[in-house]
Amino acid sequence: MAAQIDPILGRYVHLRLGGKPHRVYFEEAGRGIPLLCLHTAGADGRQFRHIMTDPAITDHFRVIAFDLPWHGKSSPPEGWQKEEYRLTTLGYAEAIRVFAQTLDLEKPVVLGCSIGGRMVLHLAIAHAREFRALIGLEAAAFQEPWYDLDWLHRPDVDSSEISAALVSGLIAPQAPEWARWETLWFYLSSAPGVFKGDLYFYRVDGDLRAKVRGIDTSQCPLYLLTGEYDFSCAPEDTRGTAAEIGGAEVTIMKSLGHFPMSENPDQFRRYLVPVLDRIRGGG
Amino acid sequence: MTENLIERWERLPELVNADARLVHRGRLVTLEALVGIGEHAYHVGIERGRIAALLRGPFLVRSWRFAVRGPAESWRRHWETVPEPHFHDLFALAKAGHLTIEGDVQPLMANLFYFKDVLAAPRRLAGGH
Repeated sequence: MAAQIDPILGRYVHLRLGGKPHRVYFEEAGRGIPLLCLHTAGADGRQFRHIMTDPAITDHFRVIAFDLPWHGKSSPPEGWQKEEYRLTTLGYAEAIRVFAQTLDLEKPVVLGCSIGGRMVLHLAIAHAREFRALIGLEAAAFQEPWYDLDWLHRPDVDSSEISAALVSGLIAPQAPEWARWETLWFYLSSAPGVFKGDLYFYRVDGDLRAKVRGIDTSQCPLYLLTGEYDFSCAPEDTRGTAAEIGGAEVTIMKSLGHFPMSENPDQFRRYLVPVLDRIRGGG
Repeated sequence: MTENLIERWERLPELVNADARLVHRGRLVTLEALVGIGEHAYHVGIERGRIAALLRGPFLVRSWRFAVRGPAESWRRHWETVPEPHFHDLFALAKAGHLTIEGDVQPLMANLFYFKDVLAAPRRLAGGH
């Protein structure tokens, strides 16, 4: 019997980030234009496995997703036990740019979700010339908080349970049960304090409201896609951000929430593939 | 409309207690919570994940660990088979101002999957059952 094996390859690359050596895990599939995918806070690159097994995408794009340090199969740097993990705008941008340079990715498309979507806006502000196009999923320059982050890392509340239970509400009711629970599994697999540390970037360090007006979409096209059920980055948050940027294209996705690529892959590809086709055509 | 809503809510003990997986999720939960549905206040007594008592108030002096209160319309929309955006989740409701969560919320947060499912249980009776 022929084995059913996904055409996804996983490897480690050694990078120097924040002045320290890191061993970063990444997966990839397909060939063509590099499409670098950024996972959500407190998760990892497994969220993109459906994009990596979709021939309509992998026939034209080399899809790559790396696990940020502290996430998935990328361990934290040596000495991690002596610090509190906090993702910063500069550290996050450095990880992406060093990863892309080290792998010789020439003008990649970057697709980022949630904190990855916020980062896409930062890349559009600060490094647009390095990218062919930018796709922000569930992205806005700022979002109002909806719970106190201190709940995410304390001894009387299980950090994986609370992280998953909180984000469970960001998944649309139409998500297939298996995909909903796999999406939540990624959160249940995260180490204590990592989700909270990522949200430092989201809630404290990465407020881009004063800066998004500087985005020039003639240098690099910007697509913003947000699920109608996402109340963390709600459609009105994305629309409000896009209203500040000339030329950013907004799509509100039906029957989807905050994790489109993993909560309902079939529904999401209906929105993603046309955007990728346009990027391929130079749009 | 409200009557039907209250009927559905008052079937909470059977909905929860017949769900072995849900009771298992709440196996370390023993407390009394307050749930406000419009003008109706309910004290929900939970013992090791089972709904042991559902008492309709008002009570003049009675303690509770935490309270979840909202207009009947918020609960009606939360309990639709496919709720609309902003009504599909407890925290979505709270963020949008359709619901308040007060009191000592530690047990709520420590058992959030459990309490979300308990409070959404009347959705299973959507469609006039």
